[in-house]
Amino acid sequence: MYRQTEIIKEAVPGSNGETGEFTINVGPQHPATHGVLHLVITLSGETIKKVEPHLGYIHRSIEKMCESLTYRQFIYVTSRMDYLSSHINNHACALCVEKGMQIEVPPRARVIRVLMDELTRIASHELWWGAMAMDLGAFTPFFHAFRERESINDIMEETCGARLTMNYMVPGGVMQDIHPNFQKRVKEFIRLYKRKIDEYDELVTGNIIFQNRMKGVGVLTPEDAVSYGCSGPVTRGSGVSSDIRKLYPYEIYDKLEFDEVLETGGDSFARYLVRIREMQQSIRIIEQLIDQIPEGDFQAKTKAVLKLPKGEFYTRVETARGELGVYIVSEGGTTPYRIKFRSPGFSNLSVLDHIARGSKIGDLVAMMGTLDLVIPDIDR
Amino acid sequence: MTNEELKIKITELLPAASFEEGGEWLTISIEPGDWLSLAQQLRKDEALFFDYLFCLTCVDWKTHLSMVYHLSSTQYRHTIVVKAKLDRNKPEIETVSQIWRTAEFHEREVYEMFGVNFRNHPDLRLLILPDGWEGKNPLRKDFEDPVNMIRL
Amino acid sequence: MWSLSHIANEIHTWLSNTFNPTWTQIIEMVLAGVAVIGLFAALGLVLVLMERRVAAWIQIRLGPNRVGPFGLLQSMADTLKLIVKEGLTPDGADKVMFNVAPFIAMIVAMLLMAPIAFAKDFQLWDLNIGVLFVTAISSIMVISILMAGWSSNNKYSLMGAMRSGAQIVSYELSAGLSIMTIVVLTGSLQVSDIIHSQANGWWIFKGHVPVWIAFITFIIAVTAETNRAPFDLAEAESELTAGFHTEYSGMKFALFFLAEYINVFIVCAIGATLFLGGWMPLHFGSGNAFNHAMDYIPSSIWFFGKTFLLIFLIMWFRWTFPRLRIDQLLNLEWKYLLPISMVNLLVTTAMAILGWHF
Repeated sequence: MYRQTEIIKEAVPGSNGETGEFTINVGPQHPATHGVLHLVITLSGETIKKVEPHLGYIHRSIEKMCESLTYRQFIYVTSRMDYLSSHINNHACALCVEKGMQIEVPPRARVIRVLMDELTRIASHELWWGAMAMDLGAFTPFFHAFRERESINDIMEETCGARLTMNYMVPGGVMQDIHPNFQKRVKEFIRLYKRKIDEYDELVTGNIIFQNRMKGVGVLTPEDAVSYGCSGPVTRGSGVSSDIRKLYPYEIYDKLEFDEVLETGGDSFARYLVRIREMQQSIRIIEQLIDQIPEGDFQAKTKAVLKLPKGEFYTRVETARGELGVYIVSEGGTTPYRIKFRSPGFSNLSVLDHIARGSKIGDLVAMMGTLDLVIPDIDR
Repeated sequence: MTNEELKIKITELLPAASFEEGGEWLTISIEPGDWLSLAQQLRKDEALFFDYLFCLTCVDWKTHLSMVYHLSSTQYRHTIVVKAKLDRNKPEIETVSQIWRTAEFHEREVYEMFGVNFRNHPDLRLLILPDGWEGKNPLRKDFEDPVNMIRL
Repeated sequence: MWSLSHIANEIHTWLSNTFNPTWTQIIEMVLAGVAVIGLFAALGLVLVLMERRVAAWIQIRLGPNRVGPFGLLQSMADTLKLIVKEGLTPDGADKVMFNVAPFIAMIVAMLLMAPIAFAKDFQLWDLNIGVLFVTAISSIMVISILMAGWSSNNKYSLMGAMRSGAQIVSYELSAGLSIMTIVVLTGSLQVSDIIHSQANGWWIFKGHVPVWIAFITFIIAVTAETNRAPFDLAEAESELTAGFHTEYSGMKFALFFLAEYINVFIVCAIGATLFLGGWMPLHFGSGNAFNHAMDYIPSSIWFFGKTFLLIFLIMWFRWTFPRLRIDQLLNLEWKYLLPISMVNLLVTTAMAILGWHF
């Protein structure tokens, strides 16, 4: 009646009896993966021996799709890559096309683009902050984060007409002029938001349980961070300067005053602090620009059909997750011959196995949280 | 280092390398056989110190495949592009995943999308595509999928 | 005066006059059973709604407010939904254990109701080892969780159950030791004795520092023992999807869910009884006007008020704190709470002998 031996065998398939190791599937449907990420984890008790990502559940082959879309069309597809920073994806593609065609973007459009990028960065970090706290078992921060993210989405909706996949940046500038309310609402948002960051620190950062869960978890050395091709807050948490906005400035970032946030801990807590402080830097950038939007055109005059000259063009931008590279190989036609998106998430995910080995399964969610994985960004 | 200095330095390392003009960064064309030794030197050399492989991909030129490696140095902030021409019917190149760990994932992606065989890769399996896609390479130009692909 | 004990006595008198003693006994037992089940259902509905409203309040949202006035019928609707759902049993599961586990959880929760004094002279069973009974029975709870996790044939469930086993067994020590401080002060294990000993002031006021330490230890330990956040590792949804009840659905899931809330109620009731005087009104000293004024508030209101205050506290924890990791959880118990409560018990004993409490 009690089929004990059978249950042992069934309960832990893949266990080899001697080491007591067994595998579990985290995902593709799992509360902590925030999307369809599938991790096959080899465990020994609670200790992780190996993490093996299986990707492709949301792979749409955007690179192949773009090969048959014109230079005006393909930008809309890229909003769906990293849907949390769709503005910045669009921006990277627009920059790449502009680089190829040598289009001079009007100053007004440049400022609007940077403003939108930084608002997107805040919105993305907001969602990350809420979701990460939720992964660690604190539900309330999620709602607090969404309250602020909502007001950014409202601002976006007013100007761009959409809340998530805005498709606002086009080659030559932005699609339409900003809404008359834009400046007023952004200023109002900043005024409220500055207080909120302190509130976040009170609610989560200073919490002793939270700090214990984060400190010393998922330590990534600077050498490994570079070798694994990590970028964005993940490398900056390890003390490696990697902010494309500072190192290879695009648009008007070289004229702006902001600090590249660096932490030297290399653990999850360092990565957490980098993102929190990055939000403050984004606020700083917005404050500098919001009253300084120059008058003029919001879009350069471009031909109806864009044709890139034969050659190869590569642009790098800093998204909320790290370095996004757009590599266009053109044969001179109206569509790209080959396009490659170097997504930050793909490289950041590859480090997960390295940092997760030997830690507890509860740490895995902390690591995944601070790597800030967005699955469509990884799968593309 | 500037592009000119890099050019001189890399010619010293690999006299067989040829250089493409016109790009933003120094572009080096090499034979696939030279890649591993060049890669090791690029990574190790104190003056070059290319420790950041930020993009690894492949382009299908219908007659041949070409591997494209974008390398940069976190210390000196210079960037180069290395290209290697591969035979389209039997594309093979040495892996660099032990030099730059990020190559492990990117090479797996190129393996399934283009069918490039990376010799000595520690774990060359399908990463994104589901099982049963071995041999079908979606990002090659002659790939056809009558159901899911829409030609515009 | 209308009180719960008054009603109970009326029923008892009427039954004794109508039936012979054996039948009276039997009918009273049936009535008590029905009353416990009724209380269960009522508590389940109230606590689930309360949790959701408290969560909503903390999370700056509204919470359920559509079904019935102020969303009062929301839990009813949820229960209805769970009843009509199919109770799936996984193919590879040990069917007997899988189906029995939720009922064991319920039975344990029901047994724990016995020695709780809900109001003055209103108690199912005032046995002389009441507090010991509670600690003994509540440790059976872990068996139902282990059964559920083991028989589900799911690795998430198994891990959740194993975590839960380690957790409950460890935290029982601190909970037991902090209960012991009150037993030492009172000199009795009987619940009614403990409550009457607080007639001139609750232990939390009379026992000062050692009892405060014991109270804090008790709250932490019982939060862990009931698998509530920040100690909800057994069902840590971001790690183990739902832990030991991953495979449960429909009413069997609801029983686990209900048992969790009933357990929260019971541990809070025990906490209120031991530290906050149970149904005893707020008294300072004896025989003064303040005490008389307090006596006008019915004892059942005192009891439920204190209990729900503690429940609110535990819910507040849940919606504020992140979850601990398994090694941190066990460190907290074995390296901090247990030594503290042991020393504290010694101090309390010395205090009780020397009569340093009020």
